[in-house]
This record gives sequence, C-alpha cells and structure tokens, in this order.
Amino acid sequence: MHRVLGDRRAIMILLGPALLLYTLIMLVPMVWSLGYSFTKGNSIEGFTGSGLDNFTRLLDDPAVHDALWFTLKYAVIVTAGQVIAGYLLALLYVFFLKKASALIRTLAFFPVILPTVAVGLLFQKLFQVAPQPGPVNSLLNAFGLESIDFFGNAGSAFWVLIIMDIWRSMGFYAVLLFAGLVDIPDEVLESARLDGASGLRLIRHIVLPLSLPVLMSSLIFSINGTLKVFDSVVALTNGGPGNGTTPLTLYMFQSSFTYSEYGYGSTIALLLTVVCLLVSLAVYRVSRRDNTES
Amino acid sequence: MAIDTLHKTTGSGHKRPKQPPLRAARKAGGRLWVRLAVALLLVVEVYPLIWMFLTSVKSNSDYLNNSTWSLPATWEWANYAEAWTTGNIGLYVKNSLLAVVPALALILLLGTAAGFALQIMVWKGRSLTLLVFLAGMMIPPQMILLPLFTLYFQTGLSGTLWPLILTYTGTGLPLTVFMMATYYKTVPRELFEAATLDGAGILRAFWTISLPVVRNALLTVGLVQFFFIWNDLLIALTFTNSQDLRTVQVGLLNFTGDFGATQYGPLFAAICINVFGTLVIYLFLNQKVMKGLTSGAVKG
Repeated sequence: MHRVLGDRRAIMILLGPALLLYTLIMLVPMVWSLGYSFTKGNSIEGFTGSGLDNFTRLLDDPAVHDALWFTLKYAVIVTAGQVIAGYLLALLYVFFLKKASALIRTLAFFPVILPTVAVGLLFQKLFQVAPQPGPVNSLLNAFGLESIDFFGNAGSAFWVLIIMDIWRSMGFYAVLLFAGLVDIPDEVLESARLDGASGLRLIRHIVLPLSLPVLMSSLIFSINGTLKVFDSVVALTNGGPGNGTTPLTLYMFQSSFTYSEYGYGSTIALLLTVVCLLVSLAVYRVSRRDNTES
Repeated sequence: MAIDTLHKTTGSGHKRPKQPPLRAARKAGGRLWVRLAVALLLVVEVYPLIWMFLTSVKSNSDYLNNSTWSLPATWEWANYAEAWTTGNIGLYVKNSLLAVVPALALILLLGTAAGFALQIMVWKGRSLTLLVFLAGMMIPPQMILLPLFTLYFQTGLSGTLWPLILTYTGTGLPLTVFMMATYYKTVPRELFEAATLDGAGILRAFWTISLPVVRNALLTVGLVQFFFIWNDLLIALTFTNSQDLRTVQVGLLNFTGDFGATQYGPLFAAICINVFGTLVIYLFLNQKVMKGLTSGAVKG
C-alpha cells in the first residue's frame, strides 16, 4: 500500500518548494560566504581574491580579540544566570506554589515575547542618569547613594546588559525546567522524604540529579542563543561606550556594512560559526558523560 | 519532550502527617518567604512596564521636572498620535505587517507540506533531508547575510520588502519543518492510505485531511514564527536600505535620532505601541505561546 505514499511526483510538489527556498536562502549563501572569506571588496565595487589575508588579519586584530572575549564572557554569564534563575523559579513553582503557579508562570514568561528593541530602549531609560534619573538611579538616591552613569563605562554597561537579558528570559527557562521537574515521580520524592531528606538536601540529592537532562538541554539551547547575541546589544548600548560592549556579531555587522569589507565580515562570521559549533559540541559531550554516570 | 505535562499539577496526592508545632511554625515562616519572593518577582517583572506606560502619557516638562515615580500630571494621549504619524510608527507597523504576513503564510504552507513529505510519505533519503533542514538551525544568520545582500542587489530586489519576506521564509523553514514533521508523527499513516483508497490523490489528502488534523500545531508554530519575525532586528536592519521600508523594530531603533532626542513622551508611546501589540496576542494565547516556544527549544 506504500505505492500512494511513495508517489514521487507528489513528494516533489510537497517538498520541492521548501527545499528550493531553503537551499537558495540558507545553503548556497553559506558556501558563498565561505568563498567571500578569501576575497576583498563588496558587492557594489566588486571582489578581488586576497588569499589568506583575512585570516591573518583576524588573528592579529585586537578588536576581534576583544569581541571574542566579550562574546564568550557574555554567553557564559548570561547562560549561567538564565538557567540558574529559571531553575530557582521552577523550584518555586513546583515545590512552593504548586497549583497556584499557573498565573505566576504565565506572568513571568511574558518578557520573552516582547520585542528586544523595545526592551533595550526601556532598560536604557530605566538605568539612565540624565537628563532625568531613571527609576534605578532614583532608587539609589532614595537610599542616599550617588547616581551611577551606567552606560558611561563598559563594565557597568555590561552588567546592565546581563541583568536585562536575564530579566527577559528567566521566565522562559523556568517553564522549560518546570516541565522537567513535574516529570519527577511523586513516589520518588515521597520516599526520599520518608527517609528524612527535606529542603535543600532533597533538592541537592534527589531533584537536581533527576532534572540534569533537562538542565543540560537548557544549557545547550541557551549557550547557542547567547553566543549569537545581537539585538539586545544594539538596542541597549550599540556596542559602546567605544567598542566596550561589542560582540562578534556586531563587529561582523560593522565591518561588513559600515566599512563595506565583505570579505573580512565573512571571515568574522565564519569564526562565530566555528565558535558556536565548538561550544555546542563541548557542552554536548559533557552532558553525555553526565548522563551515563548518573 | 515532556511539554504536554506543562499544565499538570504536582503533589496532589500528598498525605500530610500531623506536624509538631515547631515544624508548623517553620512552615508558616516558609510561606512568608515564598510570598516575599513572589512579590519581588512580580515587581521586577511588571513594574518596568507600568513605569513605561505611565511615562508614555507624560508631557516633556512633566517627565523632566517631576520625580520619575510620579503619576502623570496630565494624561497626554496626544503622545501616541504624535508617535504614530510624526514619528512614522504607523508606516513602520504597515511595513512590518507587509513583510510578516506573507512570510508567515509561506513558512506555514511550505513548512507543513515539507513536514508531511518527510514524515508521512515513504521514500529513500527522507531522514537525511530532515537532517539537512536541521543543520539550518545551527548556522548563525551572520553567515548568510552578505551573500544574500549581493544576491538581492544583483537581482534588483533591493529597495522592496521582498528581501525580508524571502529571508524570513528561508530562515524560518528549518524549525517549522522540524516541528511539523514531529506533529505528523502522531498522525497514523493509515488515515491517508484509507483516504487514497477512496480515490482521492495524496495531494488532496494532504490538503483536506491532514491540515485539519494538525491545525492546532499550525497555530502553535505560526505563533512561534510570528514572534521571531516580528521581533527580528538583524535581518530587517540589513535589508531595509531606506526609511520608507523600515520595519517597526528598525524604526523604533532610529526613533530618537529621527525625531530629536528631547521628545520623551512620543518615544515611550512608540515603545508602548510595539510592546502592547505583542502583549495583546500573549494575553489571549499565552498557553499556546508558552508551549510553542518551549517545544521549539527542546529538540529531541
């Protein structure tokens, strides 16, 4: 009976358009972009071959080093922050709010769907110092502290960025991890309680190991997203002050479109892709090992 | 994975042993602690939005001269009209809709058809093809921007909204194909075999039988893709080379620069318009949105 379901013409009609568009928009440009890495120029002036120049430049460019370091620092801190804050929320939902948690869950989730540009501008104003101190500085003033010019130096701007992105996404990870926590059978928890485990010890020895798989998939998902951070940075600081908060994605964008260096931009994009693949692979391997041990 | 347990409640069947007074007291203390945590959470999540809204109806002098905590002295609803017309947010919203709606329709139609072909149809190489689609989720969009820019420039598509529509469709397909193929797993093949016995072609069966069966999934995937595309900045920033083509995100990003830095009310009104659009959808469809976005994250 598989004759009908194996109808080649039908398969072509159903799959063809999607495959064609996907190939044209994603696969071909990917290979094409690799080719750009060996050229100089842009689509308006034309391209000339430049061998490995872009790669040697990449290795020596201090701006690339800064951007790579910023990207990694940001990704590690935000990933840890998102997943830990999300896990704490999920524990709160499951063990303290129980049935009442649906409303809180829904409320805490909603920043996820807000446009990043809007959130970025909002946080700019929340943390602003002039012309009018925003709520955060007003709060500091109320406690008798001096206002802080958060966006005046890269260090504090970085932390505002971190706070904003954790604010945006902790509700998302809470729901993701919540789904893992409710899967833990009641009997397991109940028997652990009868054995005298409670509170932190219950969480440390029973709940945490059992939710390790879903924690790991959250980590992989989170690190993959945070390495590609772009919107938040552009909307909040636009890479500044100076280039103090410029990740690889933004540096690639500036090289390509502000300075019209397509070849160099493509090389930075390639570096970003390699970093993403390596980090995902590393996290994946670690998570595999943990799974087999426990 | 275990997304459908989202609504399941826990611990319904707990037997509660009689507690000694000390433990009961600690329990009450614990409740207070929980309440404080929830209150703090609510303030942190909700207050920024309330502040944003209140500021959007303040006049400039009210914003500059009074405390940032204060309520508006007068409610300046005109800020919204100002943002919409003088600030061009109306035009940007129209552009966004003109790019998002066709892209969404294409993604859903092509993605569902491909998911059907990859999951229900039986042929050699279908798992490999699915893997090829999956690979698309790993690639950072930066990897495809420059060649696409050249492509659109050379084909004369620059200067229209087509680059946005095509790029959104191409980048949205991997996740959609994957999610639809997963949903089709739950639909038995016999359903289609029986239908085709009655003489209907498999294409007809796809359209009239499979689409109604997966309509819930279509709504979920559609919502997920809607938020991705509507909130996108990178692609819109790359391919909108004139002010007339700006989407709402690009327009909002340039709002202060275009409009003069001193107009705070309209700026906040513009942010509000952008935020409340997505918020309204969330208000009505939040369970679907939560389910869709989280199941998109847990692939396999």
